[in-house]
Amino acid sequence: MEPFVEHTGLAAPLDAANIDTDQIIPKQFLKRIERAGFGQFLFFDWRFKDDGSENPDFSLNEPQYRGASILIAGANFGCGSSREHAPWALLDYGFRVLIAPSFADIFRSNCYKNGILPIELSSEDAARLRRQAETRDGFQLTVNLPKQTVSDPDGKTYSFEMDSFRKEFLLKGLDDIGWTLQYERDIAEYEKKRDALPT
Amino acid sequence: MNAPRTMFEKIWSSHAVREEPDEAAILYIDLHLVHEVTSPQAFEGLRMSGRKVRRPDKTFATMDHNVPTSDRSLPILDQIAAKQIETLETNCREFGVTLYDLNSPDQGIVHVIGPELGLTQPGRTIVCGDSHTSTHGAFGALAFGIGTSEVEHVLATQCLQQQRPKTFRIAIEGGLQEGVTAKDIILNIIRRIGTAGGAGHVIEYAGSTIRALSMEQRMTVCNMSIEGGARAGMIAPDETTYAYLEGRRFSPKGADWDAAVEYWKTLPSDDGADWDAELEIDAAEIAPQVTWGVNPGQTVDVGGAVPSPDDFDNPDDQKTAERALEYMDLTPGQQITDLKLDRVFIGSCTNSRISDLRAAANVVKGRKANADVRAMVVPGSQAVKRQAEAEGLDAVFRDAGFDWRESGCSMCLGMNPDTLAPGERCASSSNRNFEGRQGKGGRTHLVSPEMAAAAAIAGRFVDIRSWS
Ligand code: SF4
Repeated sequence: MEPFVEHTGLAAPLDAANIDTDQIIPKQFLKRIERAGFGQFLFFDWRFKDDGSENPDFSLNEPQYRGASILIAGANFGCGSSREHAPWALLDYGFRVLIAPSFADIFRSNCYKNGILPIELSSEDAARLRRQAETRDGFQLTVNLPKQTVSDPDGKTYSFEMDSFRKEFLLKGLDDIGWTLQYERDIAEYEKKRDALPT
Repeated sequence: MNAPRTMFEKIWSSHAVREEPDEAAILYIDLHLVHEVTSPQAFEGLRMSGRKVRRPDKTFATMDHNVPTSDRSLPILDQIAAKQIETLETNCREFGVTLYDLNSPDQGIVHVIGPELGLTQPGRTIVCGDSHTSTHGAFGALAFGIGTSEVEHVLATQCLQQQRPKTFRIAIEGGLQEGVTAKDIILNIIRRIGTAGGAGHVIEYAGSTIRALSMEQRMTVCNMSIEGGARAGMIAPDETTYAYLEGRRFSPKGADWDAAVEYWKTLPSDDGADWDAELEIDAAEIAPQVTWGVNPGQTVDVGGAVPSPDDFDNPDDQKTAERALEYMDLTPGQQITDLKLDRVFIGSCTNSRISDLRAAANVVKGRKANADVRAMVVPGSQAVKRQAEAEGLDAVFRDAGFDWRESGCSMCLGMNPDTLAPGERCASSSNRNFEGRQGKGGRTHLVSPEMAAAAAIAGRFVDIRSWS
């Protein structure tokens, strides 16, 4: 996993709450056995019309948001299915940072595993940033993970909360499995006791 | 005396291999269920790092999401789906994992076969790369869905890194009205707490109403915990649980059984245990529920009407409602019982077990599906299918003009050929009414299997309480 320390990028707004992972990547694209190449299917049913052409009304299709790497959305982003294809698609499309008032639990953890930073800001702050992304051309944000801040081009800074354990993993790009396997002896010992139980 | 603990805390602390401040806990996993859609990249990850499956004896796989529900002797036409199914076969063979494949008499939806086989047991930690793993909590297990990276982590280490969640006790007390089901209980709960109401929490469902439910009904309740934002839902084990489990293939036997029951009896939450959140609901207030929108919190009583965005206080909810009305092609004030249907789906890990099919068949018996409605019944597993056929339920459905299919997820998510056409309106016994879930442009209303069956006959929603 690529470490995440600081990131500056173009912000794109997606003004809806409860965006579920079925919208982020519809089921017909879950049959692939690879991890890569899901970006083309991101928000497929919203991004494309039935004839396959782009839906001009969908925010990410507007020319000023091409190349965006920060997505600002509504509350409970990523609810529903546990499909990790959702963060794979977001990452492959180019998103490194997601900002929303809240995220669904499984989705948040799937983001961490893929080096995507989900940032929770208050509804008011998220809405303010989203409005600016809607009204200002080339609206860029800078995210600093060590300081846990998001800064706008005017120098206004927003702080966010972050679990210190996950932060460490993101900063160093640590491998989860490798970390757990440091405690292989503990696992083996636990396993011995557990295997002796009737159930 | 020890401080009173919740069932969640007991299971958590007995499975924490390591729990240190400022670190995620390392939680031992007793049972890992695997299916074809969320596992290929995990096995590939193992292969790339030269790792093995640590405990193939605690890992069980089946294929359910992708599989056709038509004649099993025919080849699978969808090449990419066929490839994914083949990949699971290869992976299970290579890594030594037991697989209930398409030809197996035990094949079925992963959350239906776990309990059927007796793999799901009280006190266990159970995970699967699937958000409805919460189903297994009905047995007093700590069961939750994980992503593919976590699937790989469990395969490699038999453990997971987890932050301790909070606890939420929801008590439902009293008798249910005739015709009101476990599905209505959980839809009503989600309607009250919202689709994020359980976020960060494990829900324990308690109270006299829950105690009176069968195991299959309890599974329906726990299944949809994730729709209320909770990763896990659980119900304390009791005599109903033990009676269900006794004699199943993987249930403990003989002296082990007695010892297991003794242990299971220590699991229920202690009186006076602390909860981070609590809610009490009077069962008598719950009417049959119908979702009108595009998330399972957008629900009304069957006797109610489609709401207006103005009925909601929060601007987010208003916007979501506006969008939902447009997508669902509904107008505020329309009576739910005036909504005409094109399709009916009885199936999914929420409601495809034998008791669901019996209840639906009971509604259908001796009647014919409405001429404008295409109805299908998809048993949750091959075992459910066999049992239903032995009882003649297939004939009841067929005589009524319903389609009787092979087991799988089917139109719950439409990864296989079973999908809604754009604009079609469907009464579904499944768990998600998200946009496009059952087919692009399809319009899903979640209901109990009884309500779905009655809707198929009448061609529109009816209040099952007045069905005779
Ligand atoms: S039946 Fe539906 S919800 Fe259940 S596991 Fe299958 S796809 Fe998921």
